[in-house]
Amino acid sequence: MHKEAAIREPLILGHKSYHDITEDVCRSIEGKAPRAWYIMFGIALLIGLYGIGCICYLLGVGIGTWGLNKSVEWAWDITNFVWWVGIGHAGTLISAVLLLFRQRWRMAINRSAEAMTIFAVFMAGLFPLIHMGRLWVGYWVLPLPNQFGSLWVNFNSPLLWDVFAISTYLSVSLVFWYIGLIPDFATIRDRAQSPIPKKIYGILSFGWSGRAKHWNRFELISLVLAGLATPLVFSVHSIVSFDFATSVIPGWHTTIFPPYFVAGAVFSGFAMVQTLLLILRKGMKLEAYIHTKHVEYMNIVIMVTGSIVGVAYLTELFISWYSGVEYESYAFINRATGPYWWAYWSMMTCNVISPQLMWFKKLRTSLLFTFFISIVVNIGMWFERFVIIVTSIHRDYLPSSWIQFYPTWTDIGIFIGTIGIFFVFYLLFSRYFPVLAMAELKTIVKISGESYKNEEGDIHQLQRTGDGGTAVAHSHEEVTETVVEETVVEETTSEEATEAEETTEEDNNNDTSESEENSDDDNKE
Amino acid sequence: MAERVIYATYDDDHVLLDGAKKLVADGVHITDVFSPFPIHGIDPVIGVKHTRLGIVAFLLGLFGLTLAIIGFRYFMIHDWPMNIGGKPNFSLLENYPSFVPVSFELTVLFAAHGMSIIYLLRNKTLPGMPADNPHPRTTDDRFVMEIRLSDNAGFSSEELHQKIKGTDIIEIEEKDYVVIK
Repeated sequence: MHKEAAIREPLILGHKSYHDITEDVCRSIEGKAPRAWYIMFGIALLIGLYGIGCICYLLGVGIGTWGLNKSVEWAWDITNFVWWVGIGHAGTLISAVLLLFRQRWRMAINRSAEAMTIFAVFMAGLFPLIHMGRLWVGYWVLPLPNQFGSLWVNFNSPLLWDVFAISTYLSVSLVFWYIGLIPDFATIRDRAQSPIPKKIYGILSFGWSGRAKHWNRFELISLVLAGLATPLVFSVHSIVSFDFATSVIPGWHTTIFPPYFVAGAVFSGFAMVQTLLLILRKGMKLEAYIHTKHVEYMNIVIMVTGSIVGVAYLTELFISWYSGVEYESYAFINRATGPYWWAYWSMMTCNVISPQLMWFKKLRTSLLFTFFISIVVNIGMWFERFVIIVTSIHRDYLPSSWIQFYPTWTDIGIFIGTIGIFFVFYLLFSRYFPVLAMAELKTIVKISGESYKNEEGDIHQLQRTGDGGTAVAHSHEEVTETVVEETVVEETTSEEATEAEETTEEDNNNDTSESEENSDDDNKE
Repeated sequence: MAERVIYATYDDDHVLLDGAKKLVADGVHITDVFSPFPIHGIDPVIGVKHTRLGIVAFLLGLFGLTLAIIGFRYFMIHDWPMNIGGKPNFSLLENYPSFVPVSFELTVLFAAHGMSIIYLLRNKTLPGMPADNPHPRTTDDRFVMEIRLSDNAGFSSEELHQKIKGTDIIEIEEKDYVVIK
């Protein structure tokens, strides 16, 4: 069997048998949801419904209810669209690119990151659709034979490329995600006791039985879909950037946009994954699977892509001066010193400076700090899109057209509403779907599991012990190892205890033991 | 007489793999293996051929690309040429740079979805299909070998039991073979 280098940190902490993995993942699906889940779901639902109300109002009244005007005809809607699409990049990047690079740490996070991707792309797709004003004729963007003279959609236009890119990306991500979910649904189906869940998970699992031939096909289809999804991820955000880059607006008309947008998308996507997973792992007690090392790996990705984004900002500034084009250089001077200077400098602070703090190991392994930075990065990335879109067009060629953009309550309501809808989907996912890829984790537990990693003896025997979480016949080495494992878990939980207060306080009955861990933690540091 | 089948249950993937190698060396034909995750290295041992789905994906990708090219030619060049910023609307080849992004998207769209549909059909995994794993725990932490007596005409049932018990099994069961799907 393939052994992993001893120097690598284990990916699964503690001693986990195959059955333990199943138990740990299914616990939250089979048990009752904690009160915190209902509270968060209720809040998200209210915000989401408010957003839907705003969308209905928009559809009834028309786009005039947004703060758009004759110079700024794209503003919050497209900002939100690009922001959500960007967030929707991390999931497929994690599951596809990291699969091709055989990065095993992806297995703990890919399922939930892909779910996030899909829900984020739903939210993104909403904005161009409602921006059409007449949502019910949205299908006109497809090349369908029609009665209006044989006029077809324009395949020269980046806006149409977007239609194809986003819909391909959404549907392929959905299929990729679901193919991976089928075996895990089968696990839940075979464990279900009551008839209704058994029936539902039976339908969802498509009758999966886990035959050798099926697994053979499964592995190939995962690989090929990853191979197809990887260029797809890059193409989607490149095409989104073409919406701007192929126009002749100063500030938009730059060839750096595709790589810069893709890096920014990965940057914001990983930040959102961090935000969600830090809460998820705590709320669902998955610290053994998603631990500090995973967070650190993701922080390194954030640091690298954040640096790429920083370099892109500086390159843009340099080129705007070096080009000698008056309008181009004015667009950038206006961004930094014009009426939207605060947006520009928030973007610079959040996106260029904050990820550089990840060079410090102490900071990038701190869960509280990571949570804070992940929020900062997401705010920064929203401002990036706002800066690119609004500041480039609010000062038109004619000074008589110069105008400011102010969002109206519908602008704000729809944006906040999409965050609510997103969390409604995500919370439903975390309640009813397996949040970790069980089948995949079981394939790495003997390679990267802490108690197996550097074991010389018979690891098959080791797998058999500890069935169902009860420690049976541990050898001496195992016992000492378990102690080590517990300290690590405590360390990670306590660091994070403060940030996910809403989750912990409600669902942990043993809050007292939590605080004890907190005090222990200082000694270990 | 109904066909008889032996289900030998293991609790570890590598133990099953070692057992399978030993049984196959003894001349036993293992019909199938049920496991909660892919057991690497089992396919050549029990004679499962490598899937050809990759070829299917490639061909479907080509189909998507062809369809895209035919579409562009018909929509943009033949049926209703439009003057878009002076782009060459009289020649598919000269106008093609504008069509590259959508060509790529349609290639991926057809390859990914076509392959997934064929994957589901070939596995007989579709919504509402019944599962046919012999033991509910084969999707959790049990690994089961299916050995049909008709595939092993050279051995009697007792001989097979004897051989299987020589491997590190935790459970063995013989019953009538039922075709579920």
